Amino acid sequence: MEKPPRSLPVVPDEHASAPPEPGHGRREFLANVLRLSGGALVFLAGGPAAEAGGASGKEAGEAYHWDEHSYAYLVDTSKCIGCGSCVRACAAENQVPDGFFRTWVERYVVGMERTHVDSPNGGKDGFGPIQVDFVGTKSFFVPKLCNHCRATPCIQVCPVGASYRTHDGVVLVDAERCIGCAYCVQACPYGSRFLSPLTHTAEKCTWCYHRITKGLRPACVEVCPTGTRQFGDLKRPNDPVRLAIEHDRIGVLQAHLRTEPNCYYLHLDKEVR
Amino acid sequence: MPPEISGFAFPNDVHVWWSLMIVMYPYITGFVAGAFIVTSLFHLFGRTEFKPIARLAMATSFSFLLVASMPLQLHLGHPERGPLVMITPHFTSAMAGFGILYSGYLLILLLEVWFVWRPEIVLRARRSRGPKRAFYAALALGTYDIGPEALEVDHGAITLLAGIGLPAACMLHGYVGFIFGAIKANPWWSTPLMPVIFLCSAAVSGIALLMVLYQVVSKLRGGEPDQPCVSALARWLWFFLILTITLELLEIIVMAYERSESWLIISELLTTRLEFSYVTMQLIVGGLIPLILLAVVVLMNRYLHERVRNTLSTVAALLCLVQVFSMRWNIVVGGQLLSKSLRGLRAPYEPELFGREGVLMAIALLVAPFVILWIFDRVLGIDPPEKTGAASPAEPPADVPARVRSA
Repeated sequence: MEKPPRSLPVVPDEHASAPPEPGHGRREFLANVLRLSGGALVFLAGGPAAEAGGASGKEAGEAYHWDEHSYAYLVDTSKCIGCGSCVRACAAENQVPDGFFRTWVERYVVGMERTHVDSPNGGKDGFGPIQVDFVGTKSFFVPKLCNHCRATPCIQVCPVGASYRTHDGVVLVDAERCIGCAYCVQACPYGSRFLSPLTHTAEKCTWCYHRITKGLRPACVEVCPTGTRQFGDLKRPNDPVRLAIEHDRIGVLQAHLRTEPNCYYLHLDKEVR
Repeated sequence: MPPEISGFAFPNDVHVWWSLMIVMYPYITGFVAGAFIVTSLFHLFGRTEFKPIARLAMATSFSFLLVASMPLQLHLGHPERGPLVMITPHFTSAMAGFGILYSGYLLILLLEVWFVWRPEIVLRARRSRGPKRAFYAALALGTYDIGPEALEVDHGAITLLAGIGLPAACMLHGYVGFIFGAIKANPWWSTPLMPVIFLCSAAVSGIALLMVLYQVVSKLRGGEPDQPCVSALARWLWFFLILTITLELLEIIVMAYERSESWLIISELLTTRLEFSYVTMQLIVGGLIPLILLAVVVLMNRYLHERVRNTLSTVAALLCLVQVFSMRWNIVVGGQLLSKSLRGLRAPYEPELFGREGVLMAIALLVAPFVILWIFDRVLGIDPPEKTGAASPAEPPADVPARVRSA
C-alpha cells in the first residue's frame, strides 16, 4: 500500500502559486507586495497546521480511496478553555441552523456533593462567569460531537438506510434518501442528531467529510486554539491520535451502551455522559 | 424561542421530534389489534357471548387499520419519501418492519372481511342493477356461489384467517411497543416490558371502544345491547385493564427499586412534567376508577339492573380510552421531555392546533375510522338486516333462500 504523506497538504492557492512578475512603477510594486503578503499569510496559516496535522490525505486533486483511511477523533478535556471557536467554525463551515448543533461544548462545575452542567447556546458564544450555590472543587469544559460509533444505533434504526457508515469510519446521512422520521435522532444516546428545519432531514457532524477527503482537518479541529480537539487516521502507524488511543488512558462516552464510539476522550470525568 | 429547561439538556435534546401524530399512531393501531382480539375471542376461542359484536369488531378493526399509517405519513419530514420504507426497507430497523407487518395484516384482514361479508356482497350484486350491480359484482370477484358447501368452505377460511390474523394483529401492535422498547438511548422507553404493555393496553382500548360503539350503535338502532355481551366485554376489559396497570406499575417499581441511574430523572419527570397526564389521568382517572367500576360490573353482575350495567360499563370504557391515550402520550411525549443527558427536562410539550401534526388533524384521524365504518355499513351492512346484533359471520341473512339458510 502506498504510504500516505506525513504532513497535511496545502491546497494550492492562486495567489501563493503565482510568481510575482517583475514590476514597473509603484502600482505594480504595491500589487506584488499584496500578492506576496497574501501568499505569506496562506503559508503561515497552512504550514504549521500541516506540521501539527493528525489527519493524513492525498494531495489535493488526487483520487481519494476511503479504504486507505480509518478516522478517529480525540478530545483532551483537560485542554479545553471553552472559547467556543469550534462551535462557531462548525456552524459557519456547515451552515448549521441556529439553535441546532453538530458540535457543542459543555461546562462542568463539580463539587463533592453536586454537579452543575451548562452549555449556553451550545457554547457558541463562549462561557460567561458563573456562580453556583455549592462549593465547586473542579471545573472543566467538554466538547461534544457525533461519536461516529462503529456499532451505532442510528444506522441500525434508519428504516430506509439513509444513515450509513463510510469505509473510512464516518457516519453520514444521505439527505436525498432520508425520510425525516427522526428515529435516528431518538436512537442516538449522545444527542448528536437533529432534524434540520431547512431540509427536514436528519443532520449531524460529518467530521467535515468534504474537508477530510481532501486531506484537510475538520473545521472544529482546525480552529481549536489549544489542541483539545484532534483528528487522526488510525491507519497511519505514527498518527498522534492513534498513539494516544494505543498508549494513554482514554475513555468513551456512555461506554455501557456498547456503541463503540470512534471519538475518544482523554481525562474524562465520571460526571460526563 | 427555545423551551424552558430544568437542569441540563443536550442542546439538540430540547425538541419534541415525535409529535402528537406519533401519539395517535399507537393509539389507532391499538384499536386495530384490540378490536381484532375481540373478534378472535368469538371466531377462534368460541366465546359465543361476543357473537353480537363479532362483525362490528371486525369492521372496526378494518376501519382503523385503513387510517393507521396516516399519522406516520403526516409526521415525516419528507412524506413523499414515505413509501421508501416499504420499497427499500433497511431491515435492521424496527421501523422497516412496519411495511411488512402492516401490509401483511391488511391483506389478512381484507381477505377475512371479504369471506365474512361475501354472502351480503353476492346478494346485493343479485338484487341491484346498473353501476351498483357492477360494483358489487366486482366486489364478489366473480364468485356467486353461496350454497351450503361454499359457505362451509368460507367458514373454514374465516377460521384459518382469524388464526393467522390474531398473531398478526398482536405482532403489529407488539411491534409498535418494540419501536420504543428497543431504544437503548432512552431509559424511559428501553424496557422489554414495553411491547407487552402496548399489547395489553391495545386490548384495553379495543374492548373499551367496542363497548362504547356497541352501546351507541344499539341506541341508534333503537334496540338495547345484549346484556350477556356487555357483561362479557366488561369482564374482559377488567382483565386486560388489571394486566395493563400491573405491568405499567411494575415497570416503574422495578426502576425505582433498582435505583437505576435513570430513576432520579424519571421520577422527576413523572412527578413534575407528567404529573397530570401520568399520575392523575393514566393512574387514577383512567386506571383506578374504571378498575373499581368494572369490578362492580363483574363482581355484582347479577344484581345489576340493565341500565346500571350499561352506564357503569360505558363510563368505565370511556375512562379506559382516556387511560390508553394518556399512556401513549406519557410514553411518546414523556420520553422526549427527558434529555439523554439524564440531567434535565424540557418544558411540557403543547401540540399546535392547526397544521399537519396539530390537534385538529388528530381529531380528524380519530373521526375518519368512524366515517369509514359508516360507509362500510352503507355498502355492506355491518350486521345482517334481519336480526340486528345477533349475527354469525358465516350465517346468511334472512333474505337468502331457505335452502341456503339451512346451512
